[in-house]
Amino acid sequence: MTTAVAETLQRRPDNEGVSQGQLVWNRLRRKRLAMISLVVILLIYGAGIFAPLVAPYSYRETDLDRPREGPSVDHLLGTDILGRDMLSRAIYSARTTVVITAAVVVSGSLVLGVGLGLLAGYRGGRVDSVLMRVGDIFAGLPAIMMLILINAALGDRVRTLSRWVDDHSFTDFVGTGAASYLTVFGALALFEWVGMARIIRAQVLQLRERDFILAARATGASPMRIISRHLLPNVSNLVILAISVSLGGIAGTEIFLTWFGVGVQPPSPSFGTMLFEAGSVRTFQAHPHLLLVPSGFVVALLFSFALLGEGLNDAVRGR
Amino acid sequence: MTAYVSRRLLWLPVHLLIVTFFTFSIARFGPGDPVSVAAGQFRDPEVLARVRAERGLDGTLFEQYWRWVSRAVQGDFGESFLQQGYSIGELLRAKLWISAQLNILALIIVFALGIPLGLLAARANGTWIDPFVISTLLFLTAIPVLVLIPPMLWLFSLKLDILPVGGWGGIFDVYWIGDVIAVPIPDPHLYLPLFVMTIGGFAGIARLVRISALEVLTEDYVRTARAKGAPESRVALRHVLPNSLLPVVTVTGFALVSIFGGSLFTETLLGINGIGRFMFDALQSRDYDVIMAMTVIVSTAFVLLNLAVEISYAFIDPRIRIGTESQT
Repeated sequence: MTTAVAETLQRRPDNEGVSQGQLVWNRLRRKRLAMISLVVILLIYGAGIFAPLVAPYSYRETDLDRPREGPSVDHLLGTDILGRDMLSRAIYSARTTVVITAAVVVSGSLVLGVGLGLLAGYRGGRVDSVLMRVGDIFAGLPAIMMLILINAALGDRVRTLSRWVDDHSFTDFVGTGAASYLTVFGALALFEWVGMARIIRAQVLQLRERDFILAARATGASPMRIISRHLLPNVSNLVILAISVSLGGIAGTEIFLTWFGVGVQPPSPSFGTMLFEAGSVRTFQAHPHLLLVPSGFVVALLFSFALLGEGLNDAVRGR
Repeated sequence: MTAYVSRRLLWLPVHLLIVTFFTFSIARFGPGDPVSVAAGQFRDPEVLARVRAERGLDGTLFEQYWRWVSRAVQGDFGESFLQQGYSIGELLRAKLWISAQLNILALIIVFALGIPLGLLAARANGTWIDPFVISTLLFLTAIPVLVLIPPMLWLFSLKLDILPVGGWGGIFDVYWIGDVIAVPIPDPHLYLPLFVMTIGGFAGIARLVRISALEVLTEDYVRTARAKGAPESRVALRHVLPNSLLPVVTVTGFALVSIFGGSLFTETLLGINGIGRFMFDALQSRDYDVIMAMTVIVSTAFVLLNLAVEISYAFIDPRIRIGTESQT
C-alpha cells in the first residue's frame, strides 16, 4: 500500500517543485474533520478579533432589570447575573483567548522555544547541556501550581507598576486590561518553551550532520545564515505541528487560572470568569444557560484544537 | 547503567535546591504577610517580631531560605498556618494517602480501558470505527473539569439523588443483604471523582497505543505469525500488544506523578480532603510552608519516577541501552 501511495505521488506532476508546506496543506485539505475544526477555530478567533464589530452589546453593559434571563430575541444567549449579554461576553472572552494564545505562542513557543532549541541543537556542548538542564527543571515543576503561585505573587506588582506607568505617560495598560494579560502570558510562556525547544533541538541534531549543512559551512556561510536559511525552513513543519498541539492547552490553562482568580482580572471578560460565576450546582439548577454558554464555546474550541492537531499530525507524517 | 543512574540520582539534590529556591523567592515576593494574618487582631510589634522569628521569617531572603533548607533536610517542613498546631508532615500523610488511592484507581481505569480502545482503533484502521473512537475520546478530553463537574453534580446528586455531593468515604463500602451477608462494594463517593478524573485520560493512552500498534502491524514478525497460521487473537495478544506498549511506558512516568500531586480542581470542587485540595487552600491563603512542601514532593516524584521509567525501558526492550543516548 505504501508503494502504491509513493507511485501516485510520483506520477502526479504537480508534486514536483511543491514545497513541504504545500504538500502538508494538500493532505490536510482532504481531511474533513480537520477542515471543519479549522473553520470552527477561525470563526471563534475571528469573532474574538473583531469583537467590537460582531458583538451585539458591550461586555460591560449591564441591564439590572433583566438579570439571569434565558435566551430571547434581545439577548440571543440570555443575560448573566448583572444583566450583561451572554453572547457578547462570550465573544469578548474569545478575544481574551486570542490575545493570550497568540502572546504565549509568539513569546514562549516561537521566540524562546524555537530560538533556544536551535541554539542548543546547533551549538551543542556546554550551551546545550545547560539549556536542557534548565528545561528539565521547568518540566519537573508542578506547572499549574507554579502558574497560580507566580500569578498570585506577581500579578498585583505588575498591576501596580502598570498603574504607575499609566499615571506618568499616555498609555492605558490598566484600563485596557493589558496589565492582567501580561503576568498570565508571561508565566505561561515560561513553561511553554521547554516542549518546543526539545523538539527543535532533537531535529537540529539530526539535520546538523546532513550534507547540505556541511556544504553550507564549507562555502563559508555564517552560523546565523545556516540557522536562518538552512535549519529553520527544515523545522518549520514541526514548529507548526507543535504549536497546533499546544494551543488547546494554553487556552485551557488561562481559563483555569482565571477561574482560580489569579488570571485575567475583571472587568476584562474571560471564559474562566464566566465559568466561575456559574460554577455552583444551585446556580446551574436555576439558570443552566449561565454555565452552558461558556462551556459550549470552550468545549467547541478545545475539541477543534485537538482534531486539527490530530489531522495535522497525520498530514506531516505523510498520511 | 549504574553510572548513569547514580549520576542522575546525584543530580536530584541540585535539582531540588534550584526548584525550591525558585518557589521560595516567588512565594516571598507575593502580597500578604502570613505573620500578620496569624497575629489576627494582636498588632503588638513585639509579638509580630517574635512570631516572625519563630516561623523563620526574619532576616534576608537567603537567610530565610537557608533556615528552611536546613530544617527541610531533617524532614521538618514547618507548621501549617491554616491548621495551626499540626505539623505539615502529619497533615500531608493523611491527605497524600487519600489522593494516592483515588489517583491509582483512576490510572488503573485509564490504562485498562485506554489500551484496548487504542488496539481496537488500530485494528479497525481504514474503517469508520478508527476515526470515530479517536474523535470521541478527543471530545471527552476537550471538556475541562470546571465545565463537567457542576452538571454532573446536578444530575446525579440533585436530580437523580443517587450519588453523594462530594466527600470521601474510603474505597470500599459494605452492602448488607438482609442484615446477614456483607458484600464489599465500591464506595459511592468514588464514582463522580473517578469519572471526572478518567474521562480526559483515555485519548492520550489510546492514541499512543494506536500509533505504535499500526507500526507493529506492518512488522515482519506479525506477518510470520499470521503465515504460520496463528489465530488472530494470538497475533494480537502475543505479538502486537507487548510490542505496542513501550511508548505507553513513557507516559506512565508523568501519569504516576499525579498520585503525589493530587488533582487541584477535581478534589476542591468535589470536596475531597486530598492533597490537591490542601494545595488549593494553601495557594489561596498563601500558606507558604505547605506550598514549599508540595513543591519538594512533586519535584522529587517527577525526577525519581522518570528515572524509574527510563530504567524500565531496558528491562522491557533489551535493544535499548540507557545512558548512551544522553550524549546525543
